Amino acid sequence: MSIQTPMEDAMRRKITETLKPSHLEIHNDSSLHAHHQAMAGSTSKETHFRVVITSEAFRSKMQPARHRMVYALLKEEMAMEGGIHALQLRTRTPEEEEKQSAEGKGVPVEGGDVAAA
Amino acid sequence: MIARPLLSSAFRLAARPAPSFASKFSPRISPIALRYLSAETRQAIDKAVASAPVVLFMKGTPETPQCGFSRASIQILGLQGVDPAKFTAFNVLEDEALRQGIKEYSEWPTIPQLYVDKEFVGGCDILVAMHQNGELAKMLEEKKVLVPAEGGESK
Repeated sequence: MSIQTPMEDAMRRKITETLKPSHLEIHNDSSLHAHHQAMAGSTSKETHFRVVITSEAFRSKMQPARHRMVYALLKEEMAMEGGIHALQLRTRTPEEEEKQSAEGKGVPVEGGDVAAA
Repeated sequence: MIARPLLSSAFRLAARPAPSFASKFSPRISPIALRYLSAETRQAIDKAVASAPVVLFMKGTPETPQCGFSRASIQILGLQGVDPAKFTAFNVLEDEALRQGIKEYSEWPTIPQLYVDKEFVGGCDILVAMHQNGELAKMLEEKKVLVPAEGGESK
């Protein structure tokens, strides 16, 4: 059984190529939001994503700058009709990831940014 | 903690400027003009960002957020004890020009967006992270936008 996930594939490809992450998780939460009013008329199964990225590319950058890097990469996907509607991001350097897991903060990303698409 | 109901009613008041803001630039902005920020729109957003020390651009209103991420952001500001007198929320759903314009203005494609002292802080993920690691409390304290500590013990 093959499931088509063009959006997730594109995200994975772009993020991997550009940010060379040491750790990358892409969670598709779209089914949890399918009933939202904003999703009325949308047939896409790939609208809400939660992405966890650990990359050296984030070093010495503040969080807003890190998020902007990812937004820039996925600009087309976020702007297109029926594209990504919501994208939650967790952006860390390898040290930050290590430090946070040492502190036992295995907290998943909560809250995110809904594209006002 | 006792401040919570008070806070939410004050948030309602604080959110009132939205209609007048909307009327300021709803007319005669075509979808094509939305692609880039007109001087007029930029000016209106400049004004909105400067309208209070703490400004949140959100979907819905503080008491009835229309999106989970906007709701979470409002809850965090409430938990932090942001002074309602120093807070304003703008509902982007009421104004298409604002909804598109704020993304260009902040170079940030998503809503909600938080500004403190006219500086862009971030979206909901950043707010949540800063809430958890203590950075948000520190910043809000430094910017003096929290409800003043009460004179006596209120227990």
